[in-house]
Amino acid sequence: MSIQGRGHSVLWFSLSGLLVVCAILLGVMIGPAGPTWWRIPLELINQLPLISINSGVSKVDWNIVWMIRAPRVVLAAIVGATLSVSGASYQGVFRNPLVDPYLLGVAAGAGLGATLVFAFRGNQPSTWLIDPLPLASFCGALVAVFITYTVGTSYGRTRSTVTLVLAGVAVTSLATAIQTFILQRNNDVIRQVFSWVLGRLSSATWGDVRLVLPYVVISTVVLLLHRRLLDVLRVGDDEATALGTNIRRVRLTIVLAATLGTASVVAVSGLIGFVGIIVPHAVRLIAGSSYRRVLPLSVLLGAAFLVVADIPSRILADPAETPIGVITAFFGAPFFLILLRTRKNES
Amino acid sequence: MSTLGFCELTISYDGVCAVNSFNNILHSGEWLCLIGPNGAGKSSVLRAAAGLVKYSGSVAIDQKEIPTTSARWRAQHIAYVPQTPLMPEDMSVYEYVLLGRNPYIKHFASESAHDKLVIEKVLTRLDLTRFSYRLVGTLSGGERQRLVIARALAQEAPVLLLDEPTAALDIGHQQHALELVDTLRREQGLTVISAMHDLTLAGLYADRLVLMHQGVCVASGSAQSVLRSEILAEFYGVSARVHHEPDGTVVVIPQRSISN
Repeated sequence: MSIQGRGHSVLWFSLSGLLVVCAILLGVMIGPAGPTWWRIPLELINQLPLISINSGVSKVDWNIVWMIRAPRVVLAAIVGATLSVSGASYQGVFRNPLVDPYLLGVAAGAGLGATLVFAFRGNQPSTWLIDPLPLASFCGALVAVFITYTVGTSYGRTRSTVTLVLAGVAVTSLATAIQTFILQRNNDVIRQVFSWVLGRLSSATWGDVRLVLPYVVISTVVLLLHRRLLDVLRVGDDEATALGTNIRRVRLTIVLAATLGTASVVAVSGLIGFVGIIVPHAVRLIAGSSYRRVLPLSVLLGAAFLVVADIPSRILADPAETPIGVITAFFGAPFFLILLRTRKNES
Repeated sequence: MSTLGFCELTISYDGVCAVNSFNNILHSGEWLCLIGPNGAGKSSVLRAAAGLVKYSGSVAIDQKEIPTTSARWRAQHIAYVPQTPLMPEDMSVYEYVLLGRNPYIKHFASESAHDKLVIEKVLTRLDLTRFSYRLVGTLSGGERQRLVIARALAQEAPVLLLDEPTAALDIGHQQHALELVDTLRREQGLTVISAMHDLTLAGLYADRLVLMHQGVCVASGSAQSVLRSEILAEFYGVSARVHHEPDGTVVVIPQRSISN
């Protein structure tokens, strides 16, 4: 990469980093309850060690910001970053720009897991010590992808990804069918299930953040380490092999890492669509198609995007919540259609 | 500077034999051209050497058998140019040539200063420097062919495999591409093995021709000895005249079987 190219990368990374900081500040400052918005940055500075400023924020107000708004914003950033980087990685591995991180059945598996929990406990509030919902959806997602991968790679010795994608479609249909069957027999929980399916960040706590953080960090680090190899995969299985890549191992590692990340964020936030497609594509439009830039920039811009998308979801229908999946779909679907129409045919 | 040897190379797809006991040794710096009708097994031989198909028998470089487990070692010794390379339209020329350094870059590392130097040299040698930041999709067919060869050169492998390198090019660009390969072979001592359909061009550039038919080597030798009308009629089922120019060039001209 020449000086010029490197300069551009530095510029994009700094701008995206700045965007994340701004988005997080904005996310913490805006909300239906709590202190006046401009006092919050002052109080944030006040919270830093060795600095004392009188921001005029009361203890109660600060608790609203710190215990309710902050974890929600941080979780939105984590979920956005993970879905975007996983989406970009799936698109690379399957050499298909329209693939999203739910391709191999993550969504349907997680949905089935969550539905089972809702159906099992009915309308009663949870009396369990630990909420089983994240665990059930996480396990559902992993089981679904495991079945997809086992079935998809056992057929023939072909290196083709087509069987894998077809297996994903089959597993998704099966899981959705079972979910529908369970819902029909448990009408009372339909509302809860759909609210989960549309994605939610409203009940986020620092506990949720702690719950997903280890998985998300592992997944993101592994994916970022593979960014150069994703570029090698772009020339197809045969040529990547002839260039000295063990594509089976690389593909399996990337799919596992992306699935781990997706499954863990799905477990705490439900299904938030389109993020994994919009963000990587926006990144490609502005910074070029090399995964060496697409992956790290997807992490940053994905975080910023979801934090910003979460703001209208809190205030649009105040005091009710607009599901964040509705907001991302509202921006995502038109974007997706434009993309489909304008995209030049790739050979 | 390396020799390439095939010993009892046998390839079958789902039980159907595509190549049967192929034996050959290429000397260092030699250009061998595989010819033969479609489905004769030419591409399969190349794909086996590139590690893309399972085979029995052995492929050896400098009498050292290629380990089937190490794609990296193979890529450091053999560069493969497929018939229709998959070239991502929105990848830059520089990024594309960089792929050729993959066998030398550690799994999770980035390219070293040496890798960059090699790429600069290859781009300069193939007159592609001014295209460095152009996207692959904006290049013409001839430029693309040069780019694929550039990627192969960046591999710094002593053996070059070319599968139908000129199939998509016009007569001028065919000549340019083959002249380029020939020059590079002489400069760098590359051992070249190619599969080609154009018999005249094959005879013009290769040191030796190997005619394959139904997976078996049926004739081998110089253009004069292999490109004979009775041999072509037998294995291609073609009626063709073969001209011998004074300078030794052999020209194959297809003939209408029914005269008007």
